[in-house]
Amino acid sequence: MIDFEIPEKIAGTRLVVETVAVNMMRPVSRYFDEHEHEIPWDYINFMHTATKAMGGASMAPGEGKKEGPRFGFQRLAVMVEMLSWGDAGIYLDTPGGMLGSAAVSATGTPEQKERFLKRFRGETPVFDAMCMTEPQCGSDTSAIRTTGVLDKEKNEWVLNGEKIFVTAGHKAMLDSEGFIVVWATIDASAGRAGMRPFVVEAKTPGCQVTNMEHKLGIRASDTVSIVLTDCRVPFDNILGSPEVVTTDKATTGFKGAMATFDATRPIVAAQAIGLARATLELLKEMLAERGVTIRYGLPRQKLTSIEKDVIDMEILLRSAWWLVLKAVWMMDNGKPNSLESSMSKVRAGDVVNRITQKAVEIMGPLGYSREYLLEKWFRDAKISDIYEGTGQINRLVVARQILGYRSSELR
Amino acid sequence: MYSFEPSDEQKLLIETARRYSVSDLRKAAHDAEEKKELPLTLINKGWELGILHASIPEAYGGFGERSTLTSALAAEEFAYGDLAGALAIGTPSLFALPILLAGSEAQKKQYLPPIIASDWKPYTAALIEPAFDFDPNDLKTIAKAEGGEYILTGEKAFVPFAAQAEVMIVFAKLKKETKGFIVPKGAAGLRVQEEREKYMGLNAIPFYKVTLDGVKVSKSDLLPGDFAPLLDASRVAIAAMAVGVAKAAFEYARDYARERDVFGVKVAQKQAIAFMLAEMATEIEAIRLLVWEAAWAIDNNKEDASQKAYLAVTGAIDMVMMVTDRAVQILGGHGYIRDHPVELWMRNGRGFATFTGLAMV
Repeated sequence: MIDFEIPEKIAGTRLVVETVAVNMMRPVSRYFDEHEHEIPWDYINFMHTATKAMGGASMAPGEGKKEGPRFGFQRLAVMVEMLSWGDAGIYLDTPGGMLGSAAVSATGTPEQKERFLKRFRGETPVFDAMCMTEPQCGSDTSAIRTTGVLDKEKNEWVLNGEKIFVTAGHKAMLDSEGFIVVWATIDASAGRAGMRPFVVEAKTPGCQVTNMEHKLGIRASDTVSIVLTDCRVPFDNILGSPEVVTTDKATTGFKGAMATFDATRPIVAAQAIGLARATLELLKEMLAERGVTIRYGLPRQKLTSIEKDVIDMEILLRSAWWLVLKAVWMMDNGKPNSLESSMSKVRAGDVVNRITQKAVEIMGPLGYSREYLLEKWFRDAKISDIYEGTGQINRLVVARQILGYRSSELR
Repeated sequence: MYSFEPSDEQKLLIETARRYSVSDLRKAAHDAEEKKELPLTLINKGWELGILHASIPEAYGGFGERSTLTSALAAEEFAYGDLAGALAIGTPSLFALPILLAGSEAQKKQYLPPIIASDWKPYTAALIEPAFDFDPNDLKTIAKAEGGEYILTGEKAFVPFAAQAEVMIVFAKLKKETKGFIVPKGAAGLRVQEEREKYMGLNAIPFYKVTLDGVKVSKSDLLPGDFAPLLDASRVAIAAMAVGVAKAAFEYARDYARERDVFGVKVAQKQAIAFMLAEMATEIEAIRLLVWEAAWAIDNNKEDASQKAYLAVTGAIDMVMMVTDRAVQILGGHGYIRDHPVELWMRNGRGFATFTGLAMV
């Protein structure tokens, strides 16, 4: 039965998160944008305490109860949307399991989940991060050069390589006892089939944070480079099978990464939506203060240019949000959602940029001014169409799905 | 609780509607457009699927309760087959649903049972006016109260089956509000232009200009209820049909692109084309959800249902133009030839900006 009513439990959570967004994020938005690489500990500690108080280790959905409807991913999407509405950069500093944990949750064994995820339930906030991109490759993830070689004698994996654009890598490895998930190849000749994610814990010798990027936006979030030099991790830190099976062209290791993306892309899309909603709300507020209200219901021929823009923004925002919710709803209900997941990311990445760009344009010098947050949100927005698969890569995923093509058929 | 899955009953209806839509409507679409006529048997077959019947309570001869969402799902399927066919099947709804939603008890009792009991008959309604800034909430057709009667004056266009209909609803501005009035064929001052109107698309449906030159109707012919729910119902219907047309165009272009050879590969294997298709599919799905949300909001008496319906149709207008235009583009020269249906869908696609008032769910 088609239903657009927010489940009561999620509505409650949303209200709580809104309070956090309003009181702990918005007031410091500008500060942390202008003080790049400073860490919003107040927010982080609060979130850690709050998550613990609610009995969770992270915002990510756990195994959950067996009976009744599941809505862990729907709840997560709603929370992320609201936190990003508060501040898209500070949101990325939320402790307690983000993309790295998602990989562990999606592909780890029960033992691995316990070992790596229990740290989020501790006294102090802990972070994690995902390391995929390398200096020579971004979207073309099958071209990664970081290697994982098994030292059979010591039963350890030896990792070598360089990872860049690691979101929250500094906090995961230096500011907390967290971990990163490093994608490496255990058999370069096997291509994608040889790719595996490895968990590398903080303070592991041979793993070094080498660089912090200066970015266009989301400046409250650290983005680092990580160099692995003969970095040894226990055998059990590999996620997924250590065997390389090359008989199947669509390969297990790579599939693991893709399965993770099915879960994480709608969440990143939700982040984009939160930012877009913040922008649209502020825009309408600023316009209203200046005597411009939007007359819904009129034919386009009677609308002013600003009204047309705002109404179009509303349509973009609303429709993209439902795509996101449908994708996570499918996730919760065990329906394959690669198509919907990438669709939501394509649309949300587009929408947040169109909305923030238009808002700055409409407000003119006020939009461009750092007195207001519109210009910041314009800068924050761009990343949504880049990370977790650029808009183009996600178009490729959508196209392959609707055309029934394998990656070799549509390159 | 969020859910994006139709009920079993709805799925069954979608299946049935699609079967008819593909094997009957789609097959007849080309000839109907060229010959400017839909076979009555074809319309009747669609009518017998009982979409309107299911919206009318048993007390008035129907067998159900109105669900905007369910009807919208069916409307999408019909339009997926052929828009003209979908609109023709639904034309009696233009009369029956305003009676149901805004009519008096007496009007419902008088008009609804015979509509439902009989074969498809051309009951209709006149809303659209021949003006670039036509606004359903600010009509140029005026109703004046005068000695226990109303006098209607104005000009209507795009009235389907006006010449054939025994009775129609005419929408006019009474004081500041849009109101519906029941006007029988042959009323003094009512003139249905003899010659059919000529439009860019929908040639299979006879449309007429209707002029009202001081048409007198009695007090009992005024629909007492508000216009807003009627407009919402029309916007959602048109938006759902836009999704159906877009889906048809997208699928046709997708299948063509998978077959067509170019530079040693299929044209769909070129990112320039594949990305167009990916965006079309995304756009369709996004707007479909917006339409569902609006229909759901109406069914659940949500306060902002009208705004949702407005946003849905406004989004659908852009979506369907984008998708149908690209479908023609993907077929290239072949898309421009009337042997392929995409040019017809593109003509339909542009019309959606004007079609509010031609369907209701």
